[in-house]
Amino acid sequence: MAKDVLVLAEVYRDALADVTWELLAAGRTIASATGGQVLALVLGPNGAAHAPALGAADRIMVVDDPRLADYAPGPYVAALQEVTAAEQPRAVLLGATSIGWDVAPLLAARINAPLVTGCKEIQPEGEALRVATSFCGGKMMAEVRVDGAPAICMVLPGSFRPADAAGQAKIEPRKLPSPLEPGAVRFDGWVLPEAGDVDITQQDVLVSVGRGIQQKDNLELAENLAGALGGAVCASRPVIDQGWLPATRQVGKSGMTVKPKFYLALGISGAPEHQEGMKGADLIIAVNTDPQAPIFDIAHYGAEVDVLDLLPALTEAIEAKRG
Amino acid sequence: MNIAVVVRQVPDLIEPLEIAPSGTEFDFGSASFLLNESDDHALEQALLLKEAHGGHVTVVALDFGDVDNTLYTAAAKGADRIVKIARDDAPPPPRAAAVLYAEAIKPIAPELVLVGVQAHDELDGGVAPFLAAALGMPYVGVIRGVAVGAEPGAVAAFKEFPGAVMARMNVKLPAVLGILGADQPPRYVPVSRIRGAMKTTQFEESAAAAVSSEPLTAIARLYPPAAGSRAEMLSGSETEIASRIVDILAQKGLVK
Ligand SMILES: Cc1cc2nc3c(=O)[nH]c(=O)nc-3n(C[C@H](O)[C@H](O)[C@H](O)COP(=O)(O)OP(=O)(O)OC[C@H]3O[C@@H](n4cnc5c(N)ncnc54)[C@H](O)[C@@H]3O)c2cc1C
Repeated sequence: MAKDVLVLAEVYRDALADVTWELLAAGRTIASATGGQVLALVLGPNGAAHAPALGAADRIMVVDDPRLADYAPGPYVAALQEVTAAEQPRAVLLGATSIGWDVAPLLAARINAPLVTGCKEIQPEGEALRVATSFCGGKMMAEVRVDGAPAICMVLPGSFRPADAAGQAKIEPRKLPSPLEPGAVRFDGWVLPEAGDVDITQQDVLVSVGRGIQQKDNLELAENLAGALGGAVCASRPVIDQGWLPATRQVGKSGMTVKPKFYLALGISGAPEHQEGMKGADLIIAVNTDPQAPIFDIAHYGAEVDVLDLLPALTEAIEAKRG
Repeated sequence: MNIAVVVRQVPDLIEPLEIAPSGTEFDFGSASFLLNESDDHALEQALLLKEAHGGHVTVVALDFGDVDNTLYTAAAKGADRIVKIARDDAPPPPRAAAVLYAEAIKPIAPELVLVGVQAHDELDGGVAPFLAAALGMPYVGVIRGVAVGAEPGAVAAFKEFPGAVMARMNVKLPAVLGILGADQPPRYVPVSRIRGAMKTTQFEESAAAAVSSEPLTAIARLYPPAAGSRAEMLSGSETEIASRIVDILAQKGLVK
């Protein structure tokens, strides 16, 4: 029976993805049940530079191929497939990141392996794995039983207590049998956000609006409140998608990660991708007409009211307090 | 450009989802369905590309939920052809569904296939990459925006990364893209145009291929997430709630 767990230690713009240490911790739980090892895989020419932070692994494998210098699905999946075939792990763990969302299903399709996304807990159960996974925007959980190996698990960031960085694992340079093919999808450069907008990561107070704000005109209510509080307005993805605010104001997986002293979530359901960017805030107050909204699970305080009713009342109360 | 778009129905999350007595599937009896949000963006992206560069947009869907309404809306927005895959049951899991979509898409011979990168009721990774595998086409997902590239036979797809950063990916066609957002928000179409489309649009029916593959995972149970450390709920009128919030902020020194 396969015992080891392979973790993709994903590199994004020269740094390891934050979820890496969670994957290593999750991998340890699975591997230790059967005396297996946790193998960290780093793809790219500078991979070895990240080894000191991957001490929680038992072995660190680095595939140094020029085709892996920048992300492209073809070479990434090919390298992962080679290493998976050679190591025969029980599970392959990836983060639910931009790269993970490509590579995990592509690998699963290529080797006909089971795939579970949204993983929050992974427990070995004999030869199978029992995975608790979140879906339906965080409103439902499923317990999934995975029998085949390798089980490919895409882990939701923020689900596991991260492993320590320190440790003694040695680097193993991995040579692939043949050079990687470039593939039909090629990285062609970064597009950075335009500078000049408010930096929401530097604000103490954020008034954050979601789809519940309903119309562009209603943003003014949020701007007024942010003005009274000395903070800035930010948003969940649908508001950015509508073009009502620039992408630099988006909070979450593809947006910014913020840690303000106060985060007011207005008409935001609290999908995992949004929570990823804001759950570290010191104080979270959520306002939502749906008492089942997942945002209430991470907020410190909540109110089940219409944001459009509360916003003017709150701005007025703040202004009255300040005199 | 000849573009195929896959659109899926997902349960509306406004109403609580009911779990069937088996405990392992949903009871969709009283659920309402709507178009999966990222598929709506995929359709919009296809229409934008067609308007800018010419071509055809074919929309492909499984017969489920309120799909006819979605398909007439797609036609009213400008889709040229609608292919509906006949089926009696709820859609199978993404991996098996991808095989059905692939069978319907092959005869269209598209240069570009656009699919929403995610649907909220999926547990195994999404239809888009599995569809790419079934069609034998390359794939890249988490895309916000697609442009016709300088290179012939290729497009530039903008892949989202954290911090509002995007990677420009050069994609040789044919290919499948997993769309998260279109270059513009999905267009609004008046009800009168949808009614008009109902009168003039013919759906092409595609027989569902038999999906024989054994599922590789099994749902042991569905359950609502455990209420963790739930928020302390503030109640009362708007004014009362507002004044409680001001007190909380004042205590923390956030309003002086
Ligand atoms: C790869 C990927 C990356 C993503 N990245 C991000 C990201 O960076 N940031 C992000 O936010 N999302 C991201 N998402 C999208 C995410 O999954 C959710 O779809 C999104 O966060 C939902 O936004 P929302 O809460 O505003 O909308 P919804 O989920 O539609 O929720 C709206 C809420 O408003 C409430 N409401 C409605 N009207 C009112 C009212 N009048 N008063 C009070 N409450 C009201 C409703 O009850 C509901 O809870 C990403 C998704 C994927 C697949």
